[in-house]
Amino acid sequence: MRIARMADFVLRALAAGLLVALIAGPLGCFVVWRRMAYFGDTLAHSALLGISFSLLLDINLQFAVIFACLAIALLLVQMESKHHLATDTILGILAHSSLAFGLVMLSFTNSNINLMAYLFGDLLTVSELDLVWIASGVTAALVLLWLNWNRLLTITLHQELAQVEGLQAAKIRLLLMLLIATVIALSMHVVGILLITSLMIIPPACARGFSSSPEKMAFSASLIGCIAVCCGLLTSFYLDTPSGPSIVVCAAVLFFISSLFRQ
Amino acid sequence: MAASFSKISPGTVFVTDTLLQARQLSLTLDKREILRDISLQIKGGQIVTLIGPNGAGKTSLVKLALGLLNPTKGHVERRKNLRIGYMPQRMHIDASMPISVQKFLQLAVRARPEHIASVLDELSASHLLQAQIHSLSGGEMQRILLARALIQDPELLVLDEPMQGVDITGQAELYALIAAIRDRHHCGVLMVSHDLHLVMSATDEVICLNQHVCCHGLPEQVSQDPAYLELFGTKEAKALAVYTHHHNHSHDLSGEIVGKDYADRSHG
Repeated sequence: MRIARMADFVLRALAAGLLVALIAGPLGCFVVWRRMAYFGDTLAHSALLGISFSLLLDINLQFAVIFACLAIALLLVQMESKHHLATDTILGILAHSSLAFGLVMLSFTNSNINLMAYLFGDLLTVSELDLVWIASGVTAALVLLWLNWNRLLTITLHQELAQVEGLQAAKIRLLLMLLIATVIALSMHVVGILLITSLMIIPPACARGFSSSPEKMAFSASLIGCIAVCCGLLTSFYLDTPSGPSIVVCAAVLFFISSLFRQ
Repeated sequence: MAASFSKISPGTVFVTDTLLQARQLSLTLDKREILRDISLQIKGGQIVTLIGPNGAGKTSLVKLALGLLNPTKGHVERRKNLRIGYMPQRMHIDASMPISVQKFLQLAVRARPEHIASVLDELSASHLLQAQIHSLSGGEMQRILLARALIQDPELLVLDEPMQGVDITGQAELYALIAAIRDRHHCGVLMVSHDLHLVMSATDEVICLNQHVCCHGLPEQVSQDPAYLELFGTKEAKALAVYTHHHNHSHDLSGEIVGKDYADRSHG
């Protein structure tokens, strides 16, 4: 009985990890191609703002996080056009102030939450309901990504050319932000908000050396992410290490091995 | 005044042929005047070349023509459903993205496989189809960008500094190619020239821009300058012309117009 239950939560953890790796790979490719790593990091930090709102106002956690990420993304676009500061400065301001604001807000809630689980993930506490959320969210994100793949590629190559050819670049960029926000909300349990970006950028970086087309790179990134999740969970299980950081360590090891084989 | 600058009166034969008409465009960004009172018109089969120093507003004018920017004053009329092929000044594709020429061209909104093949054939670039974008030389990349613009089956071809990164013999070839494309497809061409002195002999209208239209007109006859003949060979040099023009005013360091002739604005 005890073993069966244990197998249950391990399987749930594995399923959640694999699902998130599946979408983080191809979406992460866009983060890498468009040099949005710090942007992803900023959104991830603002997730804590969403978490504290969700606890304060007693609203759905995933939606609160997606909403907070999108709000910060739009604020960034606004600030970029108004200030004379470099984008990385604005990103730094938004990332850390939203993280700090989130932590301050959390202190107003009476709930005794496990902050570490949000910051670094705790795959082994994924509930069945969480898994349903992750599965439906990942499916929706994959379908949207599949349907808009060429459009996303086109605006990534050259936004103005895409516009002249008749694409609505602003809408497509918004979709990309929405997808990134969704993946952040979904992968919170897996690697935590401080490590989410690594799950999006390390597998694509690893896949680049073996890929001759955007599609191959996206597919390989998914595969490499899945391998990292499996290895990370095994490590976590046998060495009793935290699951989120173990997954990221495995991804990093895969990256360094892959760079040895590159010319 | 050249035909392309004359006001169109309804009923002239040219009206239906006009692809794009810009009237008294002004653009101010961040309280800085980029363009002032610019009018231009492009017709099918006509090549219009914009020249001017850095910061003259050439790229801004192109963006206004394409509808990527909105003018502060004035307006741009494009023919209804005008198909535009656009070759941007710079195409920076991040090295992290692996992409072949074929995939790049397939992403063009109106791409069809047989069309891609025929366009590449026209540009003698068929051998590049399977190559990775990052392995292309500057001249090859410009050809692929031109191919992407032609895949739109354009009625108006907009080329922003098409000669960038192209060596000097490649430039002569590319100019000849653009003239051939114009003749074959009878499309209008709006081109920003990379060089103040070197413009195509095939150009119907040269517009010298420095925030406003300094002067415009036909380029002079093909240069007989021995240095050019030596550089390009007699045959290639025929595709090149030196455009010399006389300003009726001069600019100070900030681009402000100095000189008495400005008051009557005889330069258009």
